[in-house]
Amino acid sequence: METPRIRITVTVNGEAVSEDVPGDRSLLDFLRDDLGLTGTKEGCGEGECGACSVIVGGRLVDACLIFAAEADGRNVETVEGLADGEVLHPLQRAFAAAGAAQCGYCTPGMLMAGKALLDRNPSPTREEAAHGIAGNLCRCTGYGTIIQAVMEAAKES
Amino acid sequence: MRPFHYRAPRSLDEALALLTPRAVPLAGGTDLFLKMERRQTQADTVVDLKRIPELDRIEAVDGGVRIGALALMDSLGASSLIAGQYEALTRSARVVGSIQTRNRATLGGNLANASPAADTAPPLMALGASAEVADAGGTRQVPVDRLFLGPGRTALRDGELLTAILVPALPARAGSSFHRCVRTAMDIALVNCAAFIRLDEDHPDTVAEARIALGAVAPTPLRAASAETRLAGARLDEDVVEAAGECAASDARPIDDVRASADYRREMVRVLTRRAIRSAFRRARGEA
Repeated sequence: METPRIRITVTVNGEAVSEDVPGDRSLLDFLRDDLGLTGTKEGCGEGECGACSVIVGGRLVDACLIFAAEADGRNVETVEGLADGEVLHPLQRAFAAAGAAQCGYCTPGMLMAGKALLDRNPSPTREEAAHGIAGNLCRCTGYGTIIQAVMEAAKES
Repeated sequence: MRPFHYRAPRSLDEALALLTPRAVPLAGGTDLFLKMERRQTQADTVVDLKRIPELDRIEAVDGGVRIGALALMDSLGASSLIAGQYEALTRSARVVGSIQTRNRATLGGNLANASPAADTAPPLMALGASAEVADAGGTRQVPVDRLFLGPGRTALRDGELLTAILVPALPARAGSSFHRCVRTAMDIALVNCAAFIRLDEDHPDTVAEARIALGAVAPTPLRAASAETRLAGARLDEDVVEAAGECAASDARPIDDVRASADYRREMVRVLTRRAIRSAFRRARGEA
């Protein structure tokens, strides 16, 4: 037996997409391989590092631990949906200005964690900002500049 | 992964009909997804419960609070119905995994997964909670302290589904607390401990009833029976707290593993039990 394919319709960054996917395809692989949205990264693949963070139904989740089928009928936001055309999202501008990236691998997940936080809490304290990215590992920056960028973005938006 | 059929029933009845012996229920998936990826399950059918309406509701009911099995850790941690009475449960729900985990992981999943280290198990045992279990024939209740049979094994029979947790109302002059120690915030508990203390009506320093539950120090979450006996009827001073911690350490049956040695775990049981008793006592007195 092979895992049967399932027809799913997911709204990704505001656009409804319908695809036949194998029932065991992860949301992460669906985004990257089926839709070509390779901004979302795979880090540990075990829900520890947060590199694959996306927002599903308004909640920040690890896309590596979710079947694409579970996202059927849901709203999914990825890093590709942040910028408005050529105009960067305040979080993206703040990350660039603060130098909140080195290798950049954690950055898409960090940005989505920052967005999920600011969507719920538009003016976080520094501690709340740190807590908001607590599920995302960065091996380069030491987090200071990332937290600073989230705080700057909160001021701007 | 082994091949499987993905099903997303829209009603509880439909879900129960799908729960054949080789079907596995899917809640948040934070444990199940990896078990499937590592081929640690024989399941040929995955029954996603998230399309069933109202299975995630947290509501006040006669005599307490009913928490739907699909309630998210994040919702539990934020619920004023829970925070008002069941401090131990609130604390445990707020420290499970990361934000991403808590936005996905459910109370029912944390219990049904039956990890000896499950953070919500000791609080529910200390609070005297029961699991509501359904099958095609109806529902029954299983006290949470009789739910666990071993690592990954519960008292649920084939075809049964954990549908809700019922937590009895907090009595007057009672309080609860949860403490744990971990290597890193993302790791599972080395040891966790919940305490429930109810104080005597006439003697506000005297324990009328105590329940202490420990996690990650036995094949299942465990009631510390001798610690409870030591506390019942005792005037709660530091000597009694110390002695109860000692009792709890002897109640524990920890093992050496990659995270900690049995000796260290036993020592932490002593420390965490004392802390948990002190904070449950303060809450029972309305001080915190």
